[in-house]
Amino acid sequence: MDSPLLPQGVKRCSTWAFFFWTLPWLALLAWGGLSAFLCLWKGLNQTNMSNVFAFALWIVFDLAVIALGAGAFFTGFLTYIIGKKELKNIINTAVIIGFICYSGAMAMLGIDIGQPIRGWFIFWHANIHSMLVEVSFCITCYLMVLAIEFIPIILENRKLEEIKELRLFGHNLHEIMAVFAATGTFLSFFHQGSLGGMFGVMYARPFAAREGFYIWPWTFFLFVLSAIACGPLFTILCTKLTEFLTRKKLVPDSAIQLLAKISAWLLSLYIVLKIFDYLGWIYGIVPRAGLTFESFFREGPYGMWLVVLEMVFCGILPAIILMVPQGRKNQAWLIFAALLTCTGIVLNRFLFIVVTLAVPVMPFDRFWSYLPTWQEWGIGLAVVGYGFLVFSLAYRYLPVFPKERELNPVPES
Amino acid sequence: MKKENDQGKVDQKYGMVIDLDKCTGCGTCMVACAAENNVSVRPDQSDKERTITWMRLYKITNGKEFPDSEVSYFPRPCMQCDHHPPCVSVCVSTATRLDTHTGIVSQIYTRCIGCRYCQAACPYGVRYFNWWDTYFPKDKGLERYLSPEVSPRMRGVVEKCTFCHHRLMRAKEQAYAEDRREIEEEEYQTACTQACPANAITFGDLNNPEHEVSKLSKHPFAFRLLERLGTEPKVYYLSSRDWVRKLGDNFLPGEYQPVVNKTWANQNWSTKPGRDTFSL
Ligand code: SF4
Ligand code: SF4
Repeated sequence: MDSPLLPQGVKRCSTWAFFFWTLPWLALLAWGGLSAFLCLWKGLNQTNMSNVFAFALWIVFDLAVIALGAGAFFTGFLTYIIGKKELKNIINTAVIIGFICYSGAMAMLGIDIGQPIRGWFIFWHANIHSMLVEVSFCITCYLMVLAIEFIPIILENRKLEEIKELRLFGHNLHEIMAVFAATGTFLSFFHQGSLGGMFGVMYARPFAAREGFYIWPWTFFLFVLSAIACGPLFTILCTKLTEFLTRKKLVPDSAIQLLAKISAWLLSLYIVLKIFDYLGWIYGIVPRAGLTFESFFREGPYGMWLVVLEMVFCGILPAIILMVPQGRKNQAWLIFAALLTCTGIVLNRFLFIVVTLAVPVMPFDRFWSYLPTWQEWGIGLAVVGYGFLVFSLAYRYLPVFPKERELNPVPES
Repeated sequence: MKKENDQGKVDQKYGMVIDLDKCTGCGTCMVACAAENNVSVRPDQSDKERTITWMRLYKITNGKEFPDSEVSYFPRPCMQCDHHPPCVSVCVSTATRLDTHTGIVSQIYTRCIGCRYCQAACPYGVRYFNWWDTYFPKDKGLERYLSPEVSPRMRGVVEKCTFCHHRLMRAKEQAYAEDRREIEEEEYQTACTQACPANAITFGDLNNPEHEVSKLSKHPFAFRLLERLGTEPKVYYLSSRDWVRKLGDNFLPGEYQPVVNKTWANQNWSTKPGRDTFSL
């Protein structure tokens, strides 16, 4: 039915099959829409957040998707600035995933604040000392950059390409993409860092507090590093999932291997620094606040196993797998390591947000527990639904994978 | 540190000293604070994680069995942190700020976007988010209590204790009307200070050596909550009991130094002479 819109020379499923595929994602979006409506209409009392858990599930999701979406800026940086030509085969995927992650995060933030209509006060009454202001500025600008990077891909749609003006516009945009890649790299670097800084500067919250040099707490650099290590791996994961679902090879191994190798080095560096961070925190900041490492994991469901899981199973283990050439060349191991790394990053963000606030600083204060409501899950999962939907549409109608035709020649009928 | 203003005068630094040995835990301060500051109520006030209590009373115990068990009540307003208040630097929209002339950390409700970063940053849990629409039951006569001097807060913003800042404004206006530049100690008092039947709360200018708070804050029994974090609260507590003082901060084993110097024990400003010998 929609065959004139499909890219030339590639095979796509039938319109009906595609329609059925989108249904679960549309259902997630509907669930999220209902939750958002309830939150906007009745207020944040629809959530289980409280005065104790001021930041909760949505902020975990936000920080996690922004880290996972870091593949866009980093791959762009490698492709256009460093000049790694093989990555041209995966840059479209990275940009689309980045766009999905950032726009999803922005939408979630819009619901998360108590006065969404006043959201623009961040820009109007900006407090330049707040790391969150830097995050907001950079994310907004970067989302625009991502949209600009996405436009030429959309304009490559078969039908749109027929319009001469659009084709020329898209082509010209392509030519100057390096400028946007550079801008994106600059913006991303700062907001990825500031997301870490946001927690690192909470000096009266000993779980999150980190020192550092000058105005930047260590978490600033750790967050940047962890994002550029896991972002490309998430791009690889999404590509592999698409390859699995479509039963096609879409990206040449050279691109995947190059990204995996760079991620392996970055991840290893990150893990080493993170170990130092933990040591510095355990033996420096924590005792200075009058606490011990164990005091943070004494109450509630937050055990020390979280740190072991984050560092050993989702940090050191994937770093080793990826560092060994045989490890990353093996498909199954590569996917396994990428999955572990992404889980580790989500876990890291969870620790920084939920556990930080769960642990009372006052010695006589009690521990409160928190479990998200269905409305909170609804908003969070809507981003997943939205991601699947946008990516599926992009895959179906746009030439996302430039080598798809070459790798999967359609048999002459 | 005493700051000087443009005229070379030392600025005020309003603070509070709460004597925990005198506090009976009656809760009058909480009620007075809520009534004075138009704190809205909810039909069901049992949801402790979401109620709004600018002044909150904690019950603390020494954790011992009878007959050694002891209880103390711990009133907790906003500490009005003096040094780099954790809530101020993080606020995205400059909705909260430390007034260096008075030492009061104030909140502009109509500018708050409700991101709750300030709540996450404050270790004392004194910031309250308005999870619900404001509710002042009409048929209960509560609307008659509404003070025209304090703006009621809307849903979706963060609020907190302001040391009844409007009372300072009122006192200042009175002083200007009478052609005075300074206000007297008793002219500006917070609602909780006035309401406390046990006289456990003292309020005034910490920078003014004539004010009672300034003297009491130097009392050997004085301590501040979570002092080692470096927020420099302007709320001081007094307690002659070691276990209470110990609960004021997270002391690692062997770190706590008991107040053993008894030379003040018989002086009249000592709250409960001899109690510091209480063994842990
Ligand atoms: S006690 Fe909390 S709200 Fe009050 S000034 Fe300090 S950080 Fe801010
Ligand atoms: S909730 Fe309001 S006062 Fe608190 S940081 Fe956000 S904008 Fe500032």
